Amino acid sequence: MKLDILHTLNTERAARRAVVVVTDIDSGAQRLIKATEADKDPLAETIDKRLRMGKSGMEDTPQGRVFLTVHVPSPKLVITGAVHISQALAPIAQMLGYDVTIVDPRTAFASPERFPDVKVLAEWPDVALPPLHVDRYTAFVACTHDPKIDDPALLHALARDCFYIGALGSRKTHAKRNERLKAAGISDADFARIHAPIGLDIGAISPAEIAVSIMGEIVQSVRQKPARSAKAEAA
Amino acid sequence: MLGRDEDILKAAEDWSKAGRGVALATVVETWGSAPRPVGSNLVIDSDGNFLGSVSGGCVEGAVVTEAIDVIDSGKPKVLEFGVADETAWQVGLSCGGTIRVYVEKVS
Repeated sequence: MKLDILHTLNTERAARRAVVVVTDIDSGAQRLIKATEADKDPLAETIDKRLRMGKSGMEDTPQGRVFLTVHVPSPKLVITGAVHISQALAPIAQMLGYDVTIVDPRTAFASPERFPDVKVLAEWPDVALPPLHVDRYTAFVACTHDPKIDDPALLHALARDCFYIGALGSRKTHAKRNERLKAAGISDADFARIHAPIGLDIGAISPAEIAVSIMGEIVQSVRQKPARSAKAEAA
Repeated sequence: MLGRDEDILKAAEDWSKAGRGVALATVVETWGSAPRPVGSNLVIDSDGNFLGSVSGGCVEGAVVTEAIDVIDSGKPKVLEFGVADETAWQVGLSCGGTIRVYVEKVS
């Protein structure tokens, strides 16, 4: 590997940006492709698929067999609301390899006793969220039911292009949320990115079951075509 | 695991910048029950120091020897290890799997 490719690779990884290195293992020829520029590559489709799966491997291409080294940042999950559902969602997400942070300014909820193995920040979103470097490898879930907490957090998640954004609440609650976020300057297209009612429709009733349905929807967002392009294709 | 992989690639860069001869080994294919997944890295210098793993210890010694060759020649190599290998007792995988490892010089 050329030292400059290795240097770019390490720089991109440190900045939590996805990259793929394509290596012809017969000749040693190698190139690095940033995820943001993958659509211009001759192997765009393969690279896109590999990036979504986060999986390195050999591929047959018109130019011969190549090895694709896929580097995708480890996923994060940020939840507002140190509530019952979060108590189940956090350990499930951790089991799936997510770095989980819960934000809730209500100290009675955000206590270490309720969340022994999770990072809990008893702060308002405007204080807690900026240092978390929420990005497109972050899933965001709003669980407080309190617009004072959830709304600013949702605005932050939309601005940072989180790959998954979900908000707890009924259709009626979500309609009111729509009015508030529109007033805050959010477009219809952006608002449509919020999954609500949250979670896959599996008939979940208990908080733990709802957590499973949310986590299922998050996994679906990662592994299948992004919801946004699916909606664009349908339109 | 990601953190460790990051450290390995960072070490490869740091070692190379420090003027050491460096090779990077990557698991590119596995069959059966391979101990380390595709994409796992091992970084080796010309003195035989190494960091990371491609097999959890079974074949690292052989990879290091080959890597020193690759550092000298500059030519990449593909190595294959499995129980069917006639040198199985020295460098075979006890788990019964087969792995293919790509070794390249960092330059």
